[in-house]
Amino acid sequence: MVPIQAMKKINQYEWEIPVTYRDDMRVPVHIFATRRLLEDVARDKSLEQAVNSATLPGLVGKVLVMPDMHQGYGFPIGGVAATRYPDGVISPGGIGYDINCGVRLLASDISYDEAESQIDELVSALDHHCPSGVGTKGSLRLTEKELGSVCTKGSQWALKSGYATQADVRRTEENGRLDGADFSKVSPRARKRGRPQLGTLGAGNHFIEVDIVDQVFYPEAAQVMGLREGYLVLQIHCGSRGFGHQVCSDYVREFQGAVQRYGIKLPDRELVCAPLNSPEGENYLGAMRCAANYAFANRQVLAHHARTAFEQVLAGRVKNWHLHQVYDIAHNMGKIETHEIDGRSVNVCVHRKGATRAFGPGSPEIPDEYQRIGQPVLVPGSMGTASWVLVGTEQSMLRSFGSTCHGAGRVMSRSKAKKTVRGDKLLVELEKKGIRIRAGSMPGLAEEAPQAYKDVDEVVETVTGAGIARKVARLRPVGVVKG
Amino acid sequence: MEEQARSGYREIEHTADWELEVWGPDMAALVEQAALGMYSLCGVRLKKDSRVTRQFFLFTIEPEFMLVWFLEELLWILEDDKVAFERFNMSVDGNVIQADLVGAEVESLTKEIKAVTYHNLEIKRGVRGLEVRIVFDV
Repeated sequence: MVPIQAMKKINQYEWEIPVTYRDDMRVPVHIFATRRLLEDVARDKSLEQAVNSATLPGLVGKVLVMPDMHQGYGFPIGGVAATRYPDGVISPGGIGYDINCGVRLLASDISYDEAESQIDELVSALDHHCPSGVGTKGSLRLTEKELGSVCTKGSQWALKSGYATQADVRRTEENGRLDGADFSKVSPRARKRGRPQLGTLGAGNHFIEVDIVDQVFYPEAAQVMGLREGYLVLQIHCGSRGFGHQVCSDYVREFQGAVQRYGIKLPDRELVCAPLNSPEGENYLGAMRCAANYAFANRQVLAHHARTAFEQVLAGRVKNWHLHQVYDIAHNMGKIETHEIDGRSVNVCVHRKGATRAFGPGSPEIPDEYQRIGQPVLVPGSMGTASWVLVGTEQSMLRSFGSTCHGAGRVMSRSKAKKTVRGDKLLVELEKKGIRIRAGSMPGLAEEAPQAYKDVDEVVETVTGAGIARKVARLRPVGVVKG
Repeated sequence: MEEQARSGYREIEHTADWELEVWGPDMAALVEQAALGMYSLCGVRLKKDSRVTRQFFLFTIEPEFMLVWFLEELLWILEDDKVAFERFNMSVDGNVIQADLVGAEVESLTKEIKAVTYHNLEIKRGVRGLEVRIVFDV
C-alpha cells in the first residue's frame, strides 16, 4: 500500500510518487487522479503495482497511471510505461493477456426517435449475429494459412475478404495492421485456439452497445466524426480472444528464464521482460503483433455482423440504416513510437495496459480528416452509465506519451459485486431505464454491474482537466449485448 | 476428514480479476486444490453419464512453474475438449509431476479464465503446510 502522504500533489488532477520512494525505482510514478479517485485505489494494490512497474530496465520519463486505474497483475490496469528502443525491455505483462483489447465506434444517420420502436429487435439481432459468451466459436473456420494471413494483415485481410470497407481500415489505429508481425513466433496451441474464434465477442467485460449521442461538447470534432445529438452509434469492445491470451501466456513463461539470462531483477515475476533487441524480445514482438492484428480483424468481422443486424432490422424502416466507422483503438498494446523527451525525439516502446493511445492534432499516424481535431479516443462506460468520445491533445503528446484513460475502471471485486447485486434484478432496473440487455449469464451480468465501476464522468473530468484529452461527445446506452 | 481440513482453497477479494488462496500438506495436494479451486471459479458442472481419464507427466524447473503449467494444461483441456477433472491421483517428485486424472465432459461452465498469472506467485511453507496465492486473469 502506497500512502497518499508519500505522494507529491502537483495540482487537483495530478500526483507523483518520487523515485526516492523505493530504492529499486528507476523513474517516478505520475498519477492522473482526483483525490477521491486516488483514495479509492489506495485501498487496493494499484499504486504498489505502479511502483513495481517503475523498476523495469530502460524506462524513460515516468510511469504514468490513468484515473481509471485499478489493481491488475504485474502492471496496474491504467498503466503506461515507455522503454528506450532498442536496448530497453518489453514486458508481456505490461501489455496484458488480451492483446489489443480495444473499442470500435460506428456512427449512424439513424435518429433514436426514428428507431425507438425497433431497438429491442435490434439488440436481439446483434445478439444473434455476434457470437458471445464463454468458449464461443464463430461462424468462420480459418485454415492455418488463413490464420497466418489474418495475423500478418489484420484489417487488410478483412478488407480483402469482404468484411471491411476502405474507410473502416483507414479509421483504425495503424490502419488495422501492425508491421513486423511474425507468424512463425506463434505457438501451435495459440494457432489452434485462434482458428475458430475470429468474429466472436467472448465473455467478461466485453460487449456490444447501442448508444445515443447524448451531448456534444466539441461540435467541430463531432461533425468530422459524424456524431449528432439524438442519433444512434454502436460500440464494440473486445480483443484477441484465446489467441492473444495464449501468445501472452507462452511468452510470460518463456521470459521467466530470460530475466535470469539477462540478469534482470524484478519485484514481481509477472513483470518478466527481455531486451527489445534480444532474440526473446524480438520473438515476442513478432507474436504480439500477430495477436494485435488478429484483434483488429476480430472487431472488423464483428462490425460486419453488426451491420448485418442493422440491415436486417432497420432496412426499409429508417431512411439510412448504414453504420460508418468513427475509429477503432487499442487499449492493451505495446508499440514502437517516437516521442519528445527532454526536448529530444526518442524511439520508445510504449506499453499501454488499460490505457488508450491519444495522439494530438497534426500527428502523422492519424487519418487526414482527424488531423485538425486529434485522434478519437473511445472511453466506454459501465453498461448503465455514459460512455465518452474524446480526442488526443498537444498536451497528451508532451506529457503522457500520447496516452489517456480507457474506461471507467473497476472499483469493486467480482465476488463482492455478485454478493451485492442480483443479475436478474439489475436486468429489470436497466430495462426500466430504457436499456435493453442480452446477457450470457445473470451472475456474469452482476459482476459487470455499474456499481462495480468508478464514475466514468469523473475519470473523464480528470483527463480533460489535466489536458491529456478533450471532450467531444457523451453517449448514453439504450441496448447492450454482454458476453 | 483430516485430509480435507489440511488442504483447501478460498477466494480472495481482487478488484478486477480472481485470486485464490490455496493450501495443502504437500505439493501434490496443493496442485490438486488449486485445480479444484480454478474449476470452482469457472462454475464447471460435469455431465453425470460421462467418464474421462487422462495421464500427465510434467517436468519443470521449479514448483511455481509446475503449478502454473499444470493449471494452464487443465484450462486448455477445458477449452479444447470440454473436459474437467474431479479426482486427482498425483505424485510429485522434485520437479516432476505425474498425475492420473478422472473426470467427465463438461455440462456447463459460467466463466472464462484468460490466463493463470505469475503475479507475486510464491509457494511458501506455513502453518497449513504449503500455501500459495494465485491470480487468474478473467
